Amino acid sequence: MQDIIDQLDAKREATRLGGGQKRIDKQHAKGKLTARERIELFLDPGSFEEWDMFVEHRCVDFGMADQKIPGDGVVTGYGTVCGRLVFVYSQDFTVFGGSLSAAHAEKICKIMDHAIKVGAPVIGLNDSGGARIQEGVDALAGYADIFQRNVMASGVIPQISMIMGPCAGGAVYSPAMTDFIFMVKNTSYMFVTGPDVVKTVTHESVTAEELGGAATHTGRSGVADLAFDNGAEALLMLRRFVNFLPSNNREAPPVWPCNDTPERTEFSLDSLIPDDPNKPYDIKELITKVVDEHDFFEIQPDFAANIIIGLARMQGSTVGIVANQPMVLAGCLDISSSRKAARFVRFCDAFNIPIITFVDVPGFLPGTSQEYGGIIKHGAKLLYAYAEATVPKITLITRKAYGGAYDVMSSKHLRGDVNFAWPSAEIAVMGPKGAVEIIFRADSQDEEMVKKRTAEYTARFANPFVAGSRGFIDDVIMPHHTRTRICRSLAMLRNKRLENPWRKHGNIPL
Amino acid sequence: MFTKILIANRGEIACRIIRTARAMGIKTVAVFSDADQTALHVRMADEAVHIGASAPTASYLDLEKIIDACKSTGAEAVHPGYGFLSENHTFCQRLGEEGIVFIGPPVGAITSMGDKITSKQIADQAGVHTIPGYDGILDNADQAVEKAAEIGYPVMLKATAGGGGKGMRIARNEQECRDGFERAAGEAQSSFGDDRILIEKFIEQPRHIEIQVMADQHGNVVYLGERECSLQRRHQKVIEEAPSPFLTPETRRQMGEQAVMLAQAVDYISAGTVECIVDQEQNFYFLEMNTRLQVEHPITEMVTGYDLVELMIRVAAGEPLPMSQDDIELKGWALECRVYAEDPVRDFFPSTGRVTVYQPPYEDGKSVRLDSGIIEGSEISVYYDPMISKLVTRGEDREEAISSMQDALDEYVIQGVSTNINFLAALVAHPRFQQGDLSTGFIEEEFTDGFRDTETTVDAPDVPIVVAGIVHRLYMDRAARISGQMAGHERRVQDSWVVIVGEEHMSLSVKPFQADCGYRVDYNGSNYRVKTDWQFSQQVFHGTINNQRFCLQVSRQGLGYSICYRGLRIDALVVAPNVAELYRFMPKTAALDLSKLVLAPMPGLLVKLAVEAGDEVKVGQKLAVIEAMKMENVLRAPADGEIANVAVNLGECLTVDQVILEFA
Repeated sequence: MQDIIDQLDAKREATRLGGGQKRIDKQHAKGKLTARERIELFLDPGSFEEWDMFVEHRCVDFGMADQKIPGDGVVTGYGTVCGRLVFVYSQDFTVFGGSLSAAHAEKICKIMDHAIKVGAPVIGLNDSGGARIQEGVDALAGYADIFQRNVMASGVIPQISMIMGPCAGGAVYSPAMTDFIFMVKNTSYMFVTGPDVVKTVTHESVTAEELGGAATHTGRSGVADLAFDNGAEALLMLRRFVNFLPSNNREAPPVWPCNDTPERTEFSLDSLIPDDPNKPYDIKELITKVVDEHDFFEIQPDFAANIIIGLARMQGSTVGIVANQPMVLAGCLDISSSRKAARFVRFCDAFNIPIITFVDVPGFLPGTSQEYGGIIKHGAKLLYAYAEATVPKITLITRKAYGGAYDVMSSKHLRGDVNFAWPSAEIAVMGPKGAVEIIFRADSQDEEMVKKRTAEYTARFANPFVAGSRGFIDDVIMPHHTRTRICRSLAMLRNKRLENPWRKHGNIPL
Repeated sequence: MFTKILIANRGEIACRIIRTARAMGIKTVAVFSDADQTALHVRMADEAVHIGASAPTASYLDLEKIIDACKSTGAEAVHPGYGFLSENHTFCQRLGEEGIVFIGPPVGAITSMGDKITSKQIADQAGVHTIPGYDGILDNADQAVEKAAEIGYPVMLKATAGGGGKGMRIARNEQECRDGFERAAGEAQSSFGDDRILIEKFIEQPRHIEIQVMADQHGNVVYLGERECSLQRRHQKVIEEAPSPFLTPETRRQMGEQAVMLAQAVDYISAGTVECIVDQEQNFYFLEMNTRLQVEHPITEMVTGYDLVELMIRVAAGEPLPMSQDDIELKGWALECRVYAEDPVRDFFPSTGRVTVYQPPYEDGKSVRLDSGIIEGSEISVYYDPMISKLVTRGEDREEAISSMQDALDEYVIQGVSTNINFLAALVAHPRFQQGDLSTGFIEEEFTDGFRDTETTVDAPDVPIVVAGIVHRLYMDRAARISGQMAGHERRVQDSWVVIVGEEHMSLSVKPFQADCGYRVDYNGSNYRVKTDWQFSQQVFHGTINNQRFCLQVSRQGLGYSICYRGLRIDALVVAPNVAELYRFMPKTAALDLSKLVLAPMPGLLVKLAVEAGDEVKVGQKLAVIEAMKMENVLRAPADGEIANVAVNLGECLTVDQVILEFA
C-alpha cells in the first residue's frame, strides 16, 4: 500500500512538472504561464479538483510509445470562481506543444459532458500547436468530438475560450463555437491556415500577428471579443466576466449585493443630447450613468464601434446592454454592427439575461460595399435575434429612431416589453430633411418652401408624441430618471414568462 | 442704488457677480453667445440676452450688442468682470454716452493706465517706485555699458518690440552687457524688424505682489492689502495668496501708500490693482495698474471680509466707501488655486469637451469657497479661457489655509476633460511652497521636465497603498456574496494581498475590524486602523486613518484602481500573493515614452498631416490638424527632432490619446 502511495506521489510530482522545468522556463521566458499556473490564477484558491491526471496517449507510431507524459498535454477538472462551479481545461504547451491527441480530446470531452450534465460553464484555456500529427486521424476525430459537444452545450451552458497561445487549423473551430473568445495580446493567434500556407497559395506575405493576432481578431475580423495585455490580466478579467453569467440556461443570472440605489438621479443626462441633431455624443456616458456603480463590462469595443454591447448590473443582477454609438458612423447599423449585436442578443436570450437597448439610429449604412456584402441578411440577423428573444426587453430611444432601423432596435413591434423615449426622441421614417425631399419633391427648388416644409415635418414627427399616440412608446421619461425607470421596469418584469412555439429550431438568416 | 445691472461676461465671474447683485436685491441680466446657451450664468441671471456667435469678437467683445442688450432690458449699469471689455475705454465711453453706468473706473484712468509708457511716467511723477532704467533707446554698446553702470548690474537689455523672450538679454558685467546689446539687437532685428533696445535693472528671483485699491467718487482711496501671485506658468497665474508670506508690515504699508498715491494721481474710482515686482531685499517696483476686478480678488475678500463686487457696485452708484484705511485689517490667510481644463502631463495642452462628472468640494463658505461657472454636463468650449473655477480656502494662518486647500483639491472630482488639479495639489504640497519660498520662476525651476502625476512626492505615501488594499478587500468581500455558490464551498476571502504599482510589489494584510466597521491594515511595518463608509460608485474616499481624517479619489480602471492623493496618482492592482508571484512572469509593457509621442489630445478627424516619416522638424512646427467640434486644432512639434513614424492616416477618426506620430 505505502508503495502505491509513494508511486502516486511520484506520479503527481512528475505530472505537475508537465514537459519539464526546461520547457516551463521557456514558457515563462515568453511571458506565458503554464497550464497549471493559469488554472491557479483563474480559480478560487484551493478549489481545483483535477481529473485524469494519469491519462496517457496510446500512440505507438513514430517513436511515440517511449514518449509518454501523464496528463497528455491538457489539465482538466473543475473548481470555483467566487464559489460558483466552473469546469475548465487548460492546454499545456510544455507537453508535446499542447498538441491534441485522442486521449487529450477525451479528457476535454469528459469535463464537457459533466458540465452539460450538471449545468456549469466550461472554460477552455487554449495553448496548442494543433493536432498531434503522429496520431493522424485519431486527433482529427478528437477535434470533432469536441466540436459536437460544443454544439450540444451551446445555449445550455456558457462556453468561453481564452486563447493564450497558438490556435490554428481545425483547432480554431472549437473556440469559434463557444460563446466568447478572449485573446492575449502579442502571445496568441488564431487562423485556419498559417502564414506559410498563405504565402504559398496567395503569395501574400503576412506575419502570424497580422494574420491572426489579438488586434486582428478584436478589431478587424470581429472573431474575438476582447484582448488583454497579458495572461494574468486576461484570467483575472475572465473571473470578473464569469461573475456576470448564470451557470446554465435554466438559471437566472447571479445577483450580488448592490450599493447603488435604484433612485439615483443623474441630472447631467438632461444635457447629454446636443442641440444640434447632427452633433455626436458619447452613448457610453449614458450607459455608465445608468448601470450599477458605473461598472460596464464592454465586449468587442474595437469591432463595429458604431454599436456598443456589454454586460452590467442593475440592482445587483446582470443585464445585457446594446446601444447605438453616435460617435462612430453616426450610430448607423451596418453589416458588422448587426452581426455583433445579433450574436450578443441571442447570447443574452439563451441565458436569461434581460436586454436593455439604447437607441439613437439614423438608419442603415448606404453603399455598394454594404449591399454587395449582404446587409439585407446581416441586418436581418439582428431583427431576428430581437424578435425571437423572450427575456425582458427594455428599450430607450434617446434621439433618432429612423426607418427600418427603428423597427430592428428592440421596438414595441418586436415584443419590446417596456419602450421609453426621452423628450429628444424622433421616431420617424427618416430625418426631416430627407422626408421633405421626397414628400415635397415639387418644392425642392424653392429654398424657402423647403425650409418651411422641413419645419412642418420637424414639428409633426421630430418628437416622441406620434409614436406615443400609437402606444409604440409606453412613456416619455426625463433623462435624469432613466436609471430609476429602468430599474423599476426590470423589477416588474422579473417573472416574465414568454415562450416561442415549439420547433426543432428557427432558421435565422445566417 | 441700481435696480438692474447687466453683466458683460461669462463663466465663473459672471456667476460670482450675479450672486452679489442678488444678495443686494439687484436684478441681473446675463448675456450669452451661441456656445453658452445653457451655461450656468444664463440660468442664474434673472434675464438673459443672446448676443451672437460663439467667437468672442462676435459676442462678448461686441460692445454695441451689449449696449443694445442694456437698452432692451433696461439695465442701468454694466459690470464688465475681468477680460473681454473690462479695460476697454471705448466701451466705457460709449456706455457714458448712452447714460449707462460702467461699474469700474473712469475713462481717463483706463486710458492712462492702459499704456505701459504713460502709466510708468505717471507712476514716476506720483512718487511710486519704478524699475531703474534709462528712459530712451540705446544708441550703441558703449552707451549700454555706460547706462548699465549707472543703473547697477545685473541689467536687462530688451527690444522695444520684444515678446516671448526674444530680443532679451541679461547682463551681469560689462562684457555681457556689450555682447548682450549686440545679440539682442540682432535678434530683435531678425524677429521683429526693429532693433531698438531698452535697458533696465534686472530683478533676481522676483516675486509678483500686487496691491488692491478701492476708490469712491468722493476722493476716498484705500488699499486692501496685497496678494502674492508669484506662482505663474508662462506668465499665467496659477496659485495666489493673501497676505504675502514675504512682505514685512513696513513694506506692505509703503506699497499700499504708493498704490493709493497712484490711484489719486489718475482720479481713480472703483476697484483697481497695482502690480509690483519685489526683489529679495523687499525693494518693490511698479509694473502696471489693472483697472478692473482681478481674477484673484476672492482671496482679498477672504482676509479683509469685504465683498469687492458689492463695493464696486456701491461706489458706481455714488455711495461713499463704508470704511477708512484704519478699518481695514487682514485676518487670517487665504489661498486661491485656478483650476484649468488642461492636461499638465501633456505640457498643459488645453482640454475641451463635456464635463461628464463634476463633484465640487464641500463649500462651507468659511474655510472653502468655490467660484465656478460650470455644472455637471457643461461644455468646456474651445472659444474661451479654459479656467473652470477658482478654489479658495481660508485659515487662521497659512498652514491652515494650505491644509484646507489640500483636502479640497483631493475632494474635487472633474471627469470628461483633463484638469490641472493634480498639478495644483503637487504645487501646494511642495516643500518650497510650504515654506513660502516663492518666485515667478518657481514652476520652471521645480518642474524643469514638466509634470508627471505618478511621480509626485507626498508626505504619507502609505495612504494610497493602504486604501488600494481596502478598496479591493471591499470588492472581494462583496463578490464573495454572489448568489449560486456551491454549498459548503463558498468563497473565503483571505487577508493577505499584494498591491502592484508599476514594477513594485507591496505586501499588506487587510482585515475587516468588526467592532467599528473599519479595517486593520498591516503594511510597511506599520499598523493602520482605517474607518470609512466608502462604497463602490463613490469617487471620493473619505475616512480616518489612525483617527486622522483624510480623503482621496478612487476610480476603478479595469482590474485595478486609480488613486489620486495630494497630487500623486497611482495605478494600483491588488492581487493575492501567489497571483503576484505569477505576475512577475508577465512581459513588461514598456510605459509609453510620452515625450517621444504625439497623441491626439481630443477625439476628432485628422484633416491634415503636415509631416511624414523621416522629416526633420523644429519646435513649434505644425505637425497635424485635428478637426473637433468644427474647430481646427493644430498640433505642433514639442521639440526639435526627426519623425520616426506616422501612425495614422489622413481622414482617420482619432480617439483621445491615439498615437499620431513618433519621434526618433
